[in-house]
Amino acid sequence: MSFINYSSREINCKIVYYGPGLCGKTTNLQFIYQKTSPDARGKMVSLATETERTLFFDFLPLSMGDVHGFKARFHLYTVPGQVFYDASRKLILKGVDGVVFVADSQVERMEANMESLDNLRENLEEQGYNLDALPYVVQYNKQDLPNAAPMEELSKVLNPTKVPEFSAVATTGDGVFGTLKAVAKLVMMDLRKRK
Amino acid sequence: MEVLYEEEYRQIQEIVERLCRDANSKAVLLIDKNGQEIASSGEIENIDTTSLSSLTAGNVAATGGIARLLAEKEFTGQFHEGEHTNVHISIVAQRVILLVLFDQRTSLGLVRLRVKKASKDIQDILDAMSAKEHQQARPSIFEEITDEDIDNLFNDD
Repeated sequence: MSFINYSSREINCKIVYYGPGLCGKTTNLQFIYQKTSPDARGKMVSLATETERTLFFDFLPLSMGDVHGFKARFHLYTVPGQVFYDASRKLILKGVDGVVFVADSQVERMEANMESLDNLRENLEEQGYNLDALPYVVQYNKQDLPNAAPMEELSKVLNPTKVPEFSAVATTGDGVFGTLKAVAKLVMMDLRKRK
Repeated sequence: MEVLYEEEYRQIQEIVERLCRDANSKAVLLIDKNGQEIASSGEIENIDTTSLSSLTAGNVAATGGIARLLAEKEFTGQFHEGEHTNVHISIVAQRVILLVLFDQRTSLGLVRLRVKKASKDIQDILDAMSAKEHQQARPSIFEEITDEDIDNLFNDD
């Protein structure tokens, strides 16, 4: 849930990166962290296992400029993608203002993408949210891999409602900031609508 | 959308400062359940309070999850003992989290006692805030922000 502090003149919002295991959610955040100047971002916190799989969440606080004297601050979170961490995923969705679904473009991961997307919808509903009413964008990651399905095919299955969608290669940063800016903008527009 | 106006912020800040003083603690943070820092006091210069807030909220959320699994309503408090710093975490009015960092200069008993009083005071302010919200609509910053402002915010540099 966004938090507007009139005293510190800040608008704080929460964006969650969701998607199947190993789709590149953490890599998105790592790239954003590396490419943002230190005065615009805080520390990146990763609660990961010894093998660097996300155990609970990654967290990156980010400033994205001023609007009418208010600092627009976004707290980016990732969820653990592995199926059995569902209880943790539900917790992280609490108070979400915007969602990025990171799909793994590899053909053999299509089923995992679909399962994760269904899981996102269900978990949101459990918290009283409707994915179709939330600021929401889709990213097709790993588009550089030889076994990546074309975007049109992925889109047909994973983005039936035609929300903004982005092709990405998170390891090189392709599409990473495009995705972030799009969801952040939708979140701000949504706040304005709900004023 | 949670909104905190200056008047309430000042009241909350005062309570947090008083708690820090009266409990003889190192630092006190008030955090919303989604991990946003609301107010802080004490020796926080060398602490990354943004990360601390997010991790504390994550911790409280996970503990709440455990409570539900065990058919408990909520575990209202947590205490972590460190070599140099101890941490006391409690939930106020089911809405916000009060985090107290303290060392050997004080005791867990005193911290608990002062937290209890501060929690009551914070709850009163939160209740008054909710009542006010229902009575009168207060001006929103988003009435001044236009679509163009938002466009400008995300323009490529």
